[in-house]
Amino acid sequence: MSDAVTRAEICVTAIAECFRGDGELLANPIGTIPMIGGRLARASFEHDLLTTDGEALLIANDEAFAWPNGKVVEYYNSYRSMFDVVWAGRRHVIMGASQIDRYGNQNLASIGPDYSKPKAQLLGFRGAPGNTVNNKTSYWIPNHGPRVFVEKVDVVTGVGWDSAAAAGPAATKYFELRHVVTNLCVIDYETDDHRMRLRSVHPGVTVDEVVAATGFELVVPENVPESRTPSDDELKLIREVIDPKALREKELPS
Amino acid sequence: MNDKRLSEDEVVAQLGDGMTIGIGGWGSRRKPMSIIRAILRSDLKDLTLVAYGGADVGLLCAAGKVKRVMYAFVSLDTIALDPHFRVARQNGAIEDEPYDEGLFLLGLQAAAWRVPFLPTRVGLGSDLLRLNTRLRMVTSPYDDGEEYVAAPALELDAALCHLSRADQRGNASFLNADLYFDDLMLRAAKGNRFISAEKVVPTEKLLEEAGTELRIRINRSMVDGVVERAGAAHFTECPPDYARDEAFQREYAGSAQSPDAWTAFRSEWLDLSEEDYQGKVAAR
Repeated sequence: MSDAVTRAEICVTAIAECFRGDGELLANPIGTIPMIGGRLARASFEHDLLTTDGEALLIANDEAFAWPNGKVVEYYNSYRSMFDVVWAGRRHVIMGASQIDRYGNQNLASIGPDYSKPKAQLLGFRGAPGNTVNNKTSYWIPNHGPRVFVEKVDVVTGVGWDSAAAAGPAATKYFELRHVVTNLCVIDYETDDHRMRLRSVHPGVTVDEVVAATGFELVVPENVPESRTPSDDELKLIREVIDPKALREKELPS
Repeated sequence: MNDKRLSEDEVVAQLGDGMTIGIGGWGSRRKPMSIIRAILRSDLKDLTLVAYGGADVGLLCAAGKVKRVMYAFVSLDTIALDPHFRVARQNGAIEDEPYDEGLFLLGLQAAAWRVPFLPTRVGLGSDLLRLNTRLRMVTSPYDDGEEYVAAPALELDAALCHLSRADQRGNASFLNADLYFDDLMLRAAKGNRFISAEKVVPTEKLLEEAGTELRIRINRSMVDGVVERAGAAHFTECPPDYARDEAFQREYAGSAQSPDAWTAFRSEWLDLSEEDYQGKVAAR
């Protein structure tokens, strides 16, 4: 591979790493770079993952967005059966967040102190409450900044570690937040009280930049490694098979 | 044999102020838009909407028909947020009763099965329990003794859905990728269960039109009335008959930019009969 690896490709690889060890789970990444990352995980190292076509099918194809030679259909997965998958815990979802706090509480619903008259109405709760207490959840934040990484979210749509603990055993039993992948870094919750910890910085990003872009105190270990780059084989998969039209670069321009 | 065919305006004549109305489809997909347009032409008001929301919710909010919205999202798919719904929310013009997509499914299922609630983990630890005052908790009567959310039965006064093919008695099929929750919407309603369909065919032709019995998912005991209307779901999608009219949808979204823009859109596209609407769309 002669071309330099782009930031988008680093993020794709970091997303793929979220699924490592998941086995026969539905990898359900929402968004362009997450969709590519889920495909990469399966093609590269987590071969038993299942993936969707973005609508009502589970398909075995490596291509993420277009299937010129047809879809290899594994299952008819209507919206209704998706809830069977989620509530049985057979899924790892990657969601976005308009706001997220240090324990991984996510807000997709609205911005502002008065819920009955918000400053900005956003998506709503979508499936976030049910997702987070039933299946594995990671987040993709393509615009890492202090308005997204906040001290306190205005509305808790996706449940964070502290909120799950406060809600009791029915909430924590199947609860697991895995990673947060951003355009700058990878974050996990591997601290004694599940506060966010800087796991790696992407090549070309400094720890100080990440700290400045985060609106709360991030746990920063003494040595922060660089996020890994894709192997030559992985890069070929990303560029030639999974995302040949380079939609990843549109979502996150270099 | 009961012929349940009627017009959109005859559907609306059976609805009343303050009703709780479930609307089928999902986002900007297979929505019963011709019946929604008939509601917009009527003097119905103070409606509570229950929907996997799209332009149905946005239009009714823009026209001032809505008191309360029970929803998990209001999206136009290719446009992430319905701008009319956003305006209504940000003006504090409507009451907001938030749900998780799956909690909604359970609430409709509970109503359809005539039980007061179904237990679930969905909602635990989230602000749904703070912001949706209808929600209550239930303690498991079994050995675990744990606390769950009791998804309340969402009983509807009326349900409106758009299907692909129907017969005159109310049996119907969907030909696109997903039934969504249309069957549950119809089953959760006490009465006033209306469907529109692209085409009404003889019962003998239902299977042939559907291609497989697996697509015939609405039966006549779930339906009180059938509107035959080609293009009823416009501008939302209804494959394989038609895709979403993205250009029209952008125009609709743009009409949220100012009261003047809405007035202009309304007079051009909504203050007219369904026949005239369909004729104008065809002539675009």
